Amino acid sequence: MSEVIRLDDVWVKYGDLTVLEEINLSVENLDFLGIIGPNGGGKTTLLKVILGLIKPSQGKVTVLGDSPEKSRKFIGYVPQISQFDREFPVTVLDVVLMGRLGRKGLLRKYGEEDRRIAYEALESVEMLELKDKQIGKLSGGQLQRVLLARALVADPKILLLDEPTASIDEPTKTELYELLKNLNQKITIVLVSHDIGVISSYVDKIACLNRRLFYHGSKEIEEETIEKVYQCPIDLIAHGVPHRVLRKHEKK
Amino acid sequence: MRNALIAGVLASVACGVVGALVVVKRMVSISGGISHAAFGGIGLGYLLKFDPIFGALIFTIASVLSMGILRERTRLSEDSAIGILWVTGMSLGVIFIGLSPGYAPDLFGYLFGSILTVPISDLMVIMALDAVILLVVFVLYEEFLAISFDEEFAMAAGMAVGRIYLILLSLVALTVVVLIRIVGVILVIAMLTIPATIAWQFSHKLKQIMIISFLISVLFTTEGLWLSYVLNLASGATIVLVSVATFLLSSILKKLYA
Repeated sequence: MSEVIRLDDVWVKYGDLTVLEEINLSVENLDFLGIIGPNGGGKTTLLKVILGLIKPSQGKVTVLGDSPEKSRKFIGYVPQISQFDREFPVTVLDVVLMGRLGRKGLLRKYGEEDRRIAYEALESVEMLELKDKQIGKLSGGQLQRVLLARALVADPKILLLDEPTASIDEPTKTELYELLKNLNQKITIVLVSHDIGVISSYVDKIACLNRRLFYHGSKEIEEETIEKVYQCPIDLIAHGVPHRVLRKHEKK
Repeated sequence: MRNALIAGVLASVACGVVGALVVVKRMVSISGGISHAAFGGIGLGYLLKFDPIFGALIFTIASVLSMGILRERTRLSEDSAIGILWVTGMSLGVIFIGLSPGYAPDLFGYLFGSILTVPISDLMVIMALDAVILLVVFVLYEEFLAISFDEEFAMAAGMAVGRIYLILLSLVALTVVVLIRIVGVILVIAMLTIPATIAWQFSHKLKQIMIISFLISVLFTTEGLWLSYVLNLASGATIVLVSVATFLLSSILKKLYA
């Protein structure tokens, strides 16, 4: 199967407020799709629709040929780190093991295999040494890696990342993207961000989201393509972020 | 007096373990709602002449189930649901007691605790509830931790978050029933909150927080009992004030030395 995620005419409304409008999207196996757009543009909502956490008011969502609810165990979800209570009493290893819960079954305890897989995932994101740290002691970039490891232990076919580069510094961002690029050899990745500084050189498809989705499926990202991509939504996302976006872009 | 001390220790088991979950999952207000809803059951016990503590058990469990239904079937916010639950229970309790003929003995005890007059049979009930609570927490510890830390991820990982949350709330309901004996409906929330909050200041592991808040809670009930005996004060309220004073002291110490 080459198409792993498909959205047909999906709308999400909260009362009178339309958050997503007429979204059509097709993600193919091993794509690395970056979705950019301003805050409040519906990026997180779109990811939650794909996970089946939010039911669309209209339209159809298919993930791996099935409903999102049925397929969600094949999806690794990496939420925004800003939503976490840093004081929460868990260690890095506790958090990563949570990724195994869907597989564990209610009455079983974590076994040797769960622990081995968790260690491997921590190793792959270079966080194994910090496994006993309480999460409040981590930097933003470190917590981001821990959440990535948590998503990886369930052996996902698709990885959904929400603003993975928010609040982390430039070198860490590059490392994170390198890591994702490696993972992309085996896993389809969809990443949403309002920060398009680095995103363009790593993803192989870009879409712009501000309530509506502007999709630019293209394998080779050339200057021209990027220009096209950035230009179309500019009138839409021109309420803050895009000015920075534009300037960054012109510098290149 | 000996029964009172034993009751304090037994109640501390439930209070430490469930209190830690209540505090880290931020369920303090819902626990308040459940404990006040219990008053409706106490009133029903008076009216129909059965042990009010069983009435409390029925009402707390019923309030948990109705919270679950409201959460899944309606768009009512949990916050508002708690408010409604809270006042419905209290009002039903008042009406039921008003309808009961004659005078309601021990009413004050159910509202503010009556640890000094705990009968052996109640100790047995508390012990049984402790056993249930410990067993469930042992089995579902990882799940409780996961839904407390990141409910959305737990759902995305395929866990039955709604059901696990209901089980957790049911444990709160059982704990409320245990604690009504000690500090009464009105003050239950103190015992679910204060020991665990203090424990959290000193530990970043949930299991440790459970154990520390159990120990703190033993200390509070014993100390409060002794003070209330010596100074001839109401036992429930004394236990709570000892807790509050210790909490203030520990917060100040933590500020100064951390």
